[in-house]
Amino acid sequence: MNERPPALEMRGITKRFPGVLANDDITFDVRAGEIHALLGENGAGKTTLMNILYGLVSPDTGEVLVDGTPVTIRDPSNAIAQGIGMVHQHFMLVPVLTVAENVILGQELLRGPFLDLPQAARRIRELATQLGFDVDPDVRIEQLPVGQQQRVEILKAIYRGARILVLDEPTAVLTPQETVEVFTVLRRLQADGAAIVFISHKLEEVLAIADRITVIRRGKVVGTRRPSETSDVDLAVMMVGREVLLRVDRGKSHPGDVVLKTEGLRVKDDRGHEAVRGVDLEVRAGEILGIAGVAGNGQDELVDALVGLRRPAGGKVLLGGAEITGAPTRRIRDLGVAHVPGDRQRFGLVLPYPVEDNLVLTSFDEPPFATGPLNLLRNDAAIDEWSERLIKEFDIRTPSRDVRAATLSGGNQQKIIVAREFRGANRLVILDQPTRGLDVGSIEFIHRRAIEKRDAGTAILLTSADLDEVLELSDRIAVMFRGHIVAIFDAAVAERDRIGLLMAKGGAAAA
Amino acid sequence: MIVVDFVVYLFTVLPDLLPIILGLATPLALGALCGVINERAGVVNIGIEGIMLWSAFNGYLAGFALHDTIGAGPSLALGIATAVLTGAVLGLLHAWLTVTVRADQIIAGTMMNIAAFGITGYLNRLIITPSGRGGAGVLGVLHLPPEVIGLPAVGPIIRMFFEQGPIAMSVVFFVIAIQLLLFRSRWGLRTRAVGEHPKAADTLGIDVFKQRYLNVVLGCAFAGLAGAYLTLESTGSFQNGMTGGRGFIALAAMIFGRWTPVGAFLGALMFGTATALGVVVNIRVPEGDLGQILKSIPTFWYAALPYLVTIVILAGVVGRSIPPAADGVPYEKEGRA
Repeated sequence: MNERPPALEMRGITKRFPGVLANDDITFDVRAGEIHALLGENGAGKTTLMNILYGLVSPDTGEVLVDGTPVTIRDPSNAIAQGIGMVHQHFMLVPVLTVAENVILGQELLRGPFLDLPQAARRIRELATQLGFDVDPDVRIEQLPVGQQQRVEILKAIYRGARILVLDEPTAVLTPQETVEVFTVLRRLQADGAAIVFISHKLEEVLAIADRITVIRRGKVVGTRRPSETSDVDLAVMMVGREVLLRVDRGKSHPGDVVLKTEGLRVKDDRGHEAVRGVDLEVRAGEILGIAGVAGNGQDELVDALVGLRRPAGGKVLLGGAEITGAPTRRIRDLGVAHVPGDRQRFGLVLPYPVEDNLVLTSFDEPPFATGPLNLLRNDAAIDEWSERLIKEFDIRTPSRDVRAATLSGGNQQKIIVAREFRGANRLVILDQPTRGLDVGSIEFIHRRAIEKRDAGTAILLTSADLDEVLELSDRIAVMFRGHIVAIFDAAVAERDRIGLLMAKGGAAAA
Repeated sequence: MIVVDFVVYLFTVLPDLLPIILGLATPLALGALCGVINERAGVVNIGIEGIMLWSAFNGYLAGFALHDTIGAGPSLALGIATAVLTGAVLGLLHAWLTVTVRADQIIAGTMMNIAAFGITGYLNRLIITPSGRGGAGVLGVLHLPPEVIGLPAVGPIIRMFFEQGPIAMSVVFFVIAIQLLLFRSRWGLRTRAVGEHPKAADTLGIDVFKQRYLNVVLGCAFAGLAGAYLTLESTGSFQNGMTGGRGFIALAAMIFGRWTPVGAFLGALMFGTATALGVVVNIRVPEGDLGQILKSIPTFWYAALPYLVTIVILAGVVGRSIPPAADGVPYEKEGRA
């Protein structure tokens, strides 16, 4: 039937890194006018495969064919020359440069010795119109919302004449509306005959957009399915290799007294702009309050102020009725506040320290971990025993308790933090982006733990850029937009679309 | 009252000071250009001081050695070429250390400073001092006709930029050229991309290593020219450690100018002004109370003025400056994704 060879074919790709077989004899193809999804957990080898395609990593064996002809791709410029474009998971945009400068970088339009920015701007406007969106070529990237940044990434690839477009986890940072918009752009590209590889670990999205879905587990292709002949449960089993609860059963909450209360809280960001502008919140014992919002709408500053990392510019923070506004972090912790920070590698862990030290990071100076006069000595026996127990209890997959935290996978790093913060009698746990970038297995684990914690009577404040996570876990949902809480919903009556709209446009548009 | 007197005094001495200020600012501005070109591409270079000193020495040595054989003019030209080449070669060393070997950039720069100080001092004693001969001569200053100098208002400005030797006169040209190139050319766009987000540049097929090598070598050639100015245009002799911290003040000027050539040049002029004022208050003492006050301040405070200004600037009085995001961070292609 199909006379024409696939636009792209990868045959028998194998790549071994020290200690890991990242890609094991992977064969994969995508045709012109097709969207082919690559589904797999973190560390399954999807990104490695695409980095091989883009010339960022060289394979041990295997070959790449474009339009049926074998090609050698040694670096990204070879890939670009073959018509391969890539939208990376972490955007490859230079924040301080303009849209036009970012798009033409590497293939500059010149007039004499200088850049021809007006002509570049015209080309960019043309291309954007063709793809069905609008972009100002002269604005700096850092001034654009992430959704638009991503479209600039797509534009960059198309500007270079890409016919084969790879998108690595393109929706990870988008609101539901932005996701819909990206899908529209992708469908238009597909109609124009582009071959699209869509990498994701989100099941619904893959089912919604792809023509074919190939599942990868531990570097191997598990199978290829068409959306019509599979289901999310089916795909999850292929992906993880066992049954997974896609939605942790939240059960009913039994809210008690108010534990955390903020009154007119105002917080400034690093540049001195007010990022939190008068927030009133209440979190009760035994409930999870989720804050939904696009990243950068003041959530980080709010959390910082609550845990004492940033001094509020105004308003009050009350814990169990006692004021803790601007109190030192240590005192806030001693009052029973635990914190799972959003940036786990920078704030949650000391990466070069062993796992066991990271597990006592908040309690190393107290008995039983400290001993002797003035608690000046380290009690190795107690620390060993404690860490062995937590490693078992929280299923932290590590060769031993004394390897450096840096060597573990993201999911296991996060489990170290969760183990440390959840152990002990807390009144309030602040979960900041607790599962960002983790795979379904780890997400399930952390969600289960959070609900257990709630049922034990702890108040939980959750922030997440992933609306699904907020919807799944929260008993009440607050929507944060430009430093304001624009709405609070009971989870039972919360509508996904309405929240998505509030996240994107605030109160005015949704009213 | 005193403040008014001081401002009046400033305006009376400034016209005569302008050419001196540009002269004092020249090595600083060229050094700062080196800093801008390096750091915009993501390489910190605190070895500018050492590169300047070494180039000053080599340039002087070339001019001095050939002075009698080929005459003053050609030997000076050769001296400048030698100094610029020395800067470029030392830049190549710095690039190799920081880009290829990924050594600590501060330590690489410090090594450069210490090595330059020691080696030039040693060679100075070994070659130049025992010869007992005179200098290599000095690059001439353009003398303007009195009618031009006498022009009201613009006369002093024209003097400032044109009553100069060739190197000082070229500074304004270089500053404007690099400013334009940095923000309007392909080289500039790639430089800024590599200094802000090298990985993004890499994924677009730009060779980050090549770009950084190019910028470090080019920048250091300017530091070499700064060295040539010191020995061949300003003093006509070489003294041990004669850079006297100018390489570091150049970095302060770069920060003051927020990593832009024009801004850095203004910073250099400011330091030049501070230095010139420190000298002139002791020579042309103002009348009245102001003179009494200025005279009562010990002279070493005036000598220290540019350094004090440096400290104030680096302490952030001019507002926090944000360096390029990947400044000082070696780029490493990742083996595993």
